[in-house]
Amino acid sequence: MSEEFKIEIVNPEKSFLVKDDVSEVVVPAYEGEMGILKDHISIISFLKPGIIKILSKSGNESYYIEDGIVEFKNNNLSILTSSIFNIADMDKSKQQDLLKQAEKESGKEEISDQSRYLIDQKIEVLKTLN
Amino acid sequence: MASLDDLKKRIASVKSTQKITKAMKMVAAAKLRKAQESAEKGRPYSEKMNNVILNLSSGISDKENAPKLLSGTGNDKVHLCVVMTSDRGLCGGFNSNIIKKAKSYFSKILSEGKELKIITVGSKGNDQLKRMYGDKIIENISFKESKNANYFDADKVGKIVIDKFESSEFDICTIFYNQFKNVITQIPQAQQIVPLNSEDGEDNTSEESYEFEPDEDEILSNLLPKNISTQIFKAMLENSASEQGSRMSAMDNATRNAGEMVDKLTIQYNRSRQAAITKELIEIISGAESL
Repeated sequence: MSEEFKIEIVNPEKSFLVKDDVSEVVVPAYEGEMGILKDHISIISFLKPGIIKILSKSGNESYYIEDGIVEFKNNNLSILTSSIFNIADMDKSKQQDLLKQAEKESGKEEISDQSRYLIDQKIEVLKTLN
Repeated sequence: MASLDDLKKRIASVKSTQKITKAMKMVAAAKLRKAQESAEKGRPYSEKMNNVILNLSSGISDKENAPKLLSGTGNDKVHLCVVMTSDRGLCGGFNSNIIKKAKSYFSKILSEGKELKIITVGSKGNDQLKRMYGDKIIENISFKESKNANYFDADKVGKIVIDKFESSEFDICTIFYNQFKNVITQIPQAQQIVPLNSEDGEDNTSEESYEFEPDEDEILSNLLPKNISTQIFKAMLENSASEQGSRMSAMDNATRNAGEMVDKLTIQYNRSRQAAITKELIEIISGAESL
């Protein structure tokens, strides 16, 4: 029996990525990183800024995301996100742009604790990418 | 009767108008294909989002403490209407269909003695509504600079709606847009986004139970604002496809009408030219006869 399952990443504009030979996915869930293997229990969770790692036969990939929802059901993993970047395609200047943007946001006074936490997370992740 | 010269000028002017409408039709057709494609590509996201929310809301344990965006404020006094139209004209009945739909809804609300607030997206809708409902329009958003509908813009509108909801400026929010069916038909739609209308999906929630991390409430309260942006984005995509479709068929009609007009004018031109020749001949012949 194969140990593979299907992943679909969609962003509002299009279906970003579809793969059906995935063996493991690590997602930055809200309460900590979560590894998903085949026959995982059905779960819904949302994501904080971080890196999605996809391990599959056809090669491993990592993506940087800023937010999203993850749903796993019947060996189908769907990730809904409005901001996703393939790390392989991301160059230094893009990273710097995102970092600057995040820092600008965190400089604002009137944001809630939760969003501050998310922004700090974002900055941290972006810094580790460099 | 118009002189030959006048007719000639008119033919030329109708012909150049036809050229313009023809070009606009082609451009609209090309844009339509793109818009349709992105509308189709955007569908999985909003569908998935809807599914997740349905699953979540069916799993929520105590309905009373459910997030307000889902269950509503319990009142229906203040209605917020987001009317989405295009920024450009010359697209047939596209804008007026939305406006008509919206206006009938407005008058219904006002006759029930409820308060009405309007946000217009797109300048054409604002132009048409500000005459009758100028004092009701609280915000006018226009994305003239953006070439295509993008999520970033939709998110901006969504954030405005959520801000207003959180400062309890309205109880019920409805968006108006044109749903794209095909090039000829676009159906004006009124969709309620706050509180979420869950009637249409009540039955197809799966029996399978999910595990939630963190708990349902927290996920829901995080998800619902996103869902609003998503719904608005969906409406924007449908709208832009509809706009191009509508413009394409309007311009097609215009091109055809111009063609008919050119034919008619050409016949008229030829007739009067013939008449002038005949008249001259008669003059010559009768002149010769009298000699």
